[in-house]
Amino acid sequence: MQTLLPILYLLAAAGFILAIKWMNSPVTARRGVVAGEIGMLLAVVGTLLRFEVVSYEWIFIAFFIGSAIGVPIAYYMPMTAVPQRTAFSHACGALASALIGTAEYYRQLPHGVVMVALVMETLLGYLTFTASLMAFGKLQEILPTRPLTYPGQNIVNLGIFSLAVAAGVALIFAPEQTWLFPIFTLLALVFGVLLIVPIGGADMPTVIALLNSYAGLSASAMGFALDNKLLIVAGALDGSSGFILAVIMCRAMNRSFSNVLFGAFGTIQKSAKETTERPVRSASPEEAAEILDSSRSVVIVPGYGMAVAQAQHKLRELSDLLTKRGIEVRFAIHPVAGRMPGHMNVLLAEANVPYDQLVEMDDINSEFPRTDVALVIGANDVVNPAARLDKSSPIAGMPILNVYEAHTVMVIKRSMSPGFAGIDNDLYYMSKTLMLFGDAKSFVTNIVKELNAAVPVSA
Amino acid sequence: MKDWELALWVFMLAAFLGFELIRRVSPLLHTPLMSLTNAISAIAVVGAILITGAKDASPLTRTLGFVAVVASTTNLVSGYLITDRMLKMFKKRAPENK
Repeated sequence: MQTLLPILYLLAAAGFILAIKWMNSPVTARRGVVAGEIGMLLAVVGTLLRFEVVSYEWIFIAFFIGSAIGVPIAYYMPMTAVPQRTAFSHACGALASALIGTAEYYRQLPHGVVMVALVMETLLGYLTFTASLMAFGKLQEILPTRPLTYPGQNIVNLGIFSLAVAAGVALIFAPEQTWLFPIFTLLALVFGVLLIVPIGGADMPTVIALLNSYAGLSASAMGFALDNKLLIVAGALDGSSGFILAVIMCRAMNRSFSNVLFGAFGTIQKSAKETTERPVRSASPEEAAEILDSSRSVVIVPGYGMAVAQAQHKLRELSDLLTKRGIEVRFAIHPVAGRMPGHMNVLLAEANVPYDQLVEMDDINSEFPRTDVALVIGANDVVNPAARLDKSSPIAGMPILNVYEAHTVMVIKRSMSPGFAGIDNDLYYMSKTLMLFGDAKSFVTNIVKELNAAVPVSA
Repeated sequence: MKDWELALWVFMLAAFLGFELIRRVSPLLHTPLMSLTNAISAIAVVGAILITGAKDASPLTRTLGFVAVVASTTNLVSGYLITDRMLKMFKKRAPENK
């Protein structure tokens, strides 16, 4: 029986690989979840049956508590809280792997390669744990979402990190020095906190992806420490997934690769320059409804503002109304719109927008010159033409949605305040742009009302 | 070949496999992908079980292992359930809807 258990691990790894493979299309994705679940079941059963495992009561109590926490989260969490949940989940994963590393250290005070793996595991684990909790706090808005910076911040952060690494290296050479281990742990925990302090909301997609990667690498390091190939494979899959997503996010913001590797250190936070008063054209819901009604193609560009205002359901109503009138409606999704990779897609899918109506940036950009109305809702920097046209702009070179090429642009916005990058958006001052001032949800609601009042559609 | 050498090979191949697989995932599904990989990283539960259930577990290691099992079970359960809940929402346009 014991000789068969490694086969269960092998099958589990295959299940995880298939799970990720099937995520490549919405058609097969749910099958992927099942493959992942089967893989996990095999891994857990295969572990429980191992002869090293002799006492079960604590394990089953822990299973019970974990499920009692996990199931309510899964069923009752609103979809808008997905970024927070993800950060929380990174924290749990990283904590588990750090604690296992710690326990393993005190159990056998290992030497050599195993100790190297343990140090990597606990370092990544503890720093990802506190960093994810910080990210969670910022996303949940328990903590201030503004980036906090102070002079010498990078030096302090790098200093703490170097100390943690130095303590880790010392432990590798002298594992008997058990007094050093708590210090090492503390340094890693503190570094995790400091890492997230300077991160602002719009950088969250990158940071979340990066933490995903760290948590995965920590699990992989655990595989080295326990000589368990399944952990190595699963951790490596997770690590590379987070890494790729972080790189995609970075490219979508035109930030450098090294910036990703070092945890989005030193984000340039330009304060808003004094903005010159320039005239803008604004419009009422009635006018907006009229323009939409007389158009033939509409592209809606959602951003984080849509999520904050919870406007996705009203937006879907608007989209349905327009579609019924024979107007082509699509949603243009910028890769970093929202607070985590793919955030907008999930919110719109929740509001029952069919996914073939959601179009990626590269596919929609060539369509804007043929678009009658581009409706921007809660997005700012990702539609700022300065990124493409003004070489001196702080966001120069950032890929944007070419909203400015549409025949008419409508922007729903609370006020004229600048976006995350703190720069003015020329889009708002173009002669073809209409500013729709107000709360995203109530404005869209009013447009829907006007459309219904104008020509009631017999559904 | 030493154990750790073999382990490095496994890691290297798995990382490249990961890159190739993830590159093919549609950006549409990046959020569910992330919650799926979260659930997969709950594989740490394997290590946690070994520590908690070990014969020679001291009170300290058993406590650490216990918390680790709780944390990774939370991840495991909520990760898979949420991924599925999200994926259920992704629907194609209904054909008669015109």
